[in-house]
Amino acid sequence: MRSDSDNYTLHVNGADREVTDSWLGESLLDVLRDRLGLLGSKGACEQGECGSCSVLVDGELVCSCLVMAAGAVGQTVVTIEGVAPAGSPSDVQSAFVEAGAVQCGFCTPGLIMAVHDLLERSPSPTETEIREELAGNVCRCTGYGRIIDAVHQVSVTRSAGRST
Amino acid sequence: MLVDEPQATLLCGGTDVMVEVNDGHRRPDRSVMMVNRIAELRSWSHDPAAGTLTIGAAVTYSELMQEPLSALLPALAEAARTVGSPQIRNAGTLGGNLGTCSPAGDGLPVLAAADAVVELASASGRRSMPVAAFMLGVKRTALQPGELVVSVTLPVARGWQGYAKVGVRNAMVIAVASACLVVDEPSRRLGMALGSVGPTVLRCPEAERELAAAVDWEFGTVEPAALRRFGELAASESRPITDHRSTAEYRRHAVRVLAQRLARRAFANGATPDGATDGSGRSA
Repeated sequence: MRSDSDNYTLHVNGADREVTDSWLGESLLDVLRDRLGLLGSKGACEQGECGSCSVLVDGELVCSCLVMAAGAVGQTVVTIEGVAPAGSPSDVQSAFVEAGAVQCGFCTPGLIMAVHDLLERSPSPTETEIREELAGNVCRCTGYGRIIDAVHQVSVTRSAGRST
Repeated sequence: MLVDEPQATLLCGGTDVMVEVNDGHRRPDRSVMMVNRIAELRSWSHDPAAGTLTIGAAVTYSELMQEPLSALLPALAEAARTVGSPQIRNAGTLGGNLGTCSPAGDGLPVLAAADAVVELASASGRRSMPVAAFMLGVKRTALQPGELVVSVTLPVARGWQGYAKVGVRNAMVIAVASACLVVDEPSRRLGMALGSVGPTVLRCPEAERELAAAVDWEFGTVEPAALRRFGELAASESRPITDHRSTAEYRRHAVRVLAQRLARRAFANGATPDGATDGSGRSA
């Protein structure tokens, strides 16, 4: 990558999206929000501390603020807009609503991404494990109790679904 | 490409470089070389005959935490687990840790304690050097323009090894002080390295020698007085400063505690760990 600005294609939520006149150092978060109109991923700390910009790149949960967008060419990006079809929330999204795990909502998209990723890797996490795994997603409203409740709820519902 | 533009920014996981870019401290408007998808850098290999493991520069902390790497190098897995969050560990790499060369880099005390060898490559060839010679100072390395870190090679664990770290909280935290102890049973030698308490990662040769001499190698035990002495020596071999994260005095005290804790875990045959500060069962 040598030029000041660049045109490239990103594969986001199952579709190829053209990015034009992006500057080289532009983060994936900025490209998603400002160029592709995907406003679900939030920008706060821009240094990987808060997790509100969490997305999946090639199936790995990462902070999109720390991904150089031009470096994600050829990779598969999934954002909060891609976790469930429009109008039908995922089980994690529904559990957050039911458990009261959403207050101001700013951290919620990042947390939903992180919880989906956690439950893929560990279907029945303990509370300690949930706290460690979600350490990179900061919430300043809830005190985390209801977020942890929501994770437990999904875990229980999914395991009941598997055993029947 | 590095031949044409030796000053190009080398970007691996982005967890250091992109923070600077986002802050406006760095504007990569000339060229950036993404190295995180180069197959050789993404891979690792185990040489059972030599008893060594070679880890590519772009292997992530998440990979280091998982089997089989975590079983071959438990201390590196423990150190990796203390880095940031899952998001950061999925992106951050051992090569990036070396390239940045912060004295607080969590992987570096492990590499130093295990006498790792760093392999570098440029258009004119390859060279390797002990990690101690690679780390020159605060964010200063032996890397020349046009050169990149390819891998590190270090011995597979041949005895107990562990990593311990003090920060201002339990998660998402940079080390105020950190330590790694590597026990090599066949040679009856120890490697003890400290992070965040000097301009770069430090070894503690005196503490290593005295403790190794005090260990009953047949039973793998040591007298409590020797543990205390080990802590004192490690603290005296640290070179901490006072900065915005902590004071030199506190850091020296933390080294004493961490060193004793690691040595107790290594040589106390499962005796009670040291009280409430150590009751979590976590390594950090």
